[in-house]
Amino acid sequence: MINNLRVGLMEEINFPQLPDNQTGLSVIVRFRGERERERDEGRRMDLMEKNMELIEVQKLEGHTDRVWNAAWNPVSPILASCSGDNTTVLEETHTRTVRSCSWSPSGKLLATASFDGTTAIWEDLGDEFECISTLEGHENEVKSVSWNASGSYLATCSRDKSVWIWEVLGGNEYDCASVLNGHTQDVKMVLWHPTMDVLFSCSYDNTIKVWWSEDDDGDYQCVQTLDESTNGHSSTVWAISFNAAGDKMVTCSDDLTLKIWRADISMMHSGEGYAPWTHVCTLSGYHDRTIFSTHWSSDDIIASGAGDDAIGLFVESKQHDSVNGPSFNLLLKKEKAHEMDINSVQWSPSKENRLLASASDDGMVKIWQLETIP
Amino acid sequence: MVSGLINENPTVYERKERRVRTDSTNTDEFSVEPIDQLEIFDHIRDIRDPEHPYSLEQLKVLTEDSVEVDDHKSYVRVTFTPTVEHCSMATIIGLSVRVKLMRSLPPRYKIDIRVAPGSHATEAALNKQLNDKERVAAALENPNLVEMVDECLSPSFE
Repeated sequence: MINNLRVGLMEEINFPQLPDNQTGLSVIVRFRGERERERDEGRRMDLMEKNMELIEVQKLEGHTDRVWNAAWNPVSPILASCSGDNTTVLEETHTRTVRSCSWSPSGKLLATASFDGTTAIWEDLGDEFECISTLEGHENEVKSVSWNASGSYLATCSRDKSVWIWEVLGGNEYDCASVLNGHTQDVKMVLWHPTMDVLFSCSYDNTIKVWWSEDDDGDYQCVQTLDESTNGHSSTVWAISFNAAGDKMVTCSDDLTLKIWRADISMMHSGEGYAPWTHVCTLSGYHDRTIFSTHWSSDDIIASGAGDDAIGLFVESKQHDSVNGPSFNLLLKKEKAHEMDINSVQWSPSKENRLLASASDDGMVKIWQLETIP
Repeated sequence: MVSGLINENPTVYERKERRVRTDSTNTDEFSVEPIDQLEIFDHIRDIRDPEHPYSLEQLKVLTEDSVEVDDHKSYVRVTFTPTVEHCSMATIIGLSVRVKLMRSLPPRYKIDIRVAPGSHATEAALNKQLNDKERVAAALENPNLVEMVDECLSPSFE
């Protein structure tokens, strides 16, 4: 039952997979020919009033084991997915499951986090990927990796309870800048804020921690912990996602809820110090198994993927309660989106289409399009 | 593991007589029978205890009532009772039950494993670990753990 890594390369969504001896870290899909659609300025506001449907547009069956994570390249129409299945090239770098992957903001580098305790950095050379660096230091499985907005820092987290910050130096050099201790258990995910160098982590200890270097000198400290006493989660927190503006975030958990948070980040931008995050609302009753993943789209639709094999989509309610703040409603729930647990949901950065990728224990990655039913 | 057993003298119970199914009302060869409590118990009753040469059924770690199943919802929950409160083998037992069910049941099944309430000193922590699939996956990449689990499972495959 030892899972290995897998690498494969799939050219063109509509073509079968390439032979196994192609390089790559994960299954990479290059696709073109998305149906272009004119942007409709008014469509976002009226989502709740239309009949929306999540339509499966593509099923990617390259993997032979569960797929943990899928990540869209920020600049090109490429999707990376990582799995626990066998590989040829990746075995030379990772010796155990690749748990998650993340593209750099430039789209040229892909970082992979592995159960073997290392994080590898891969460069896209066009027809293959080359491992240009391996980051070592964690004592056991690395669960997640994240690039900051400028691509100057990487963060990783592990079952060893720590969060590491790595500085991206020139010449394929990476240096450990900071080791952050504070979580009391396995850290499941790290994510940099979309506009500021503030780092977020979530854990098996049921909390979300915020790390910030006040003097911008690289000395990161935990400046806030969101736990049960601050309306936080009551079980493992699996994922975090920010809205485009970076003033709201969503988190999801084994406690079967999603929670929305907000902060007055203009305060931070103007140098007035740290702006704390506060709970806005809790979305419960939509999933009856652990919610493993959540992602906030650029046009404000929150997607969730859970162990009940379903995808949930949520939008902010138009009814603004000035006392309690914004609330969110279910836009739709796609039951049996997969045959097994959904581990990852990710919106495509594409502005033309509302495309969502989902990755599952059933070994498949599916691409969905959110459309209005006529 | 010769000295220092957690439970030196476990109570060993009689194995329950294996019931033969006699339901002859369904003569359709191609119909799918819903998976029931007994079928799932049959998958796990012969799993060997990690420390003693007895099955989990013989040590009453598992009984038929340990299994709660809803085939329509593709859901099963197994509750096991370690023989002693501080049993450090509880993780191995729980993992073994999970692995056996993962290999025996259709992939549509959701499996929850827990210790019987009040039966273990670190009940909440144990339950959380046994039901965190990322932790389970990582544990099953550990060759030592896998070897122990396989040893517990080998009699149950016969």
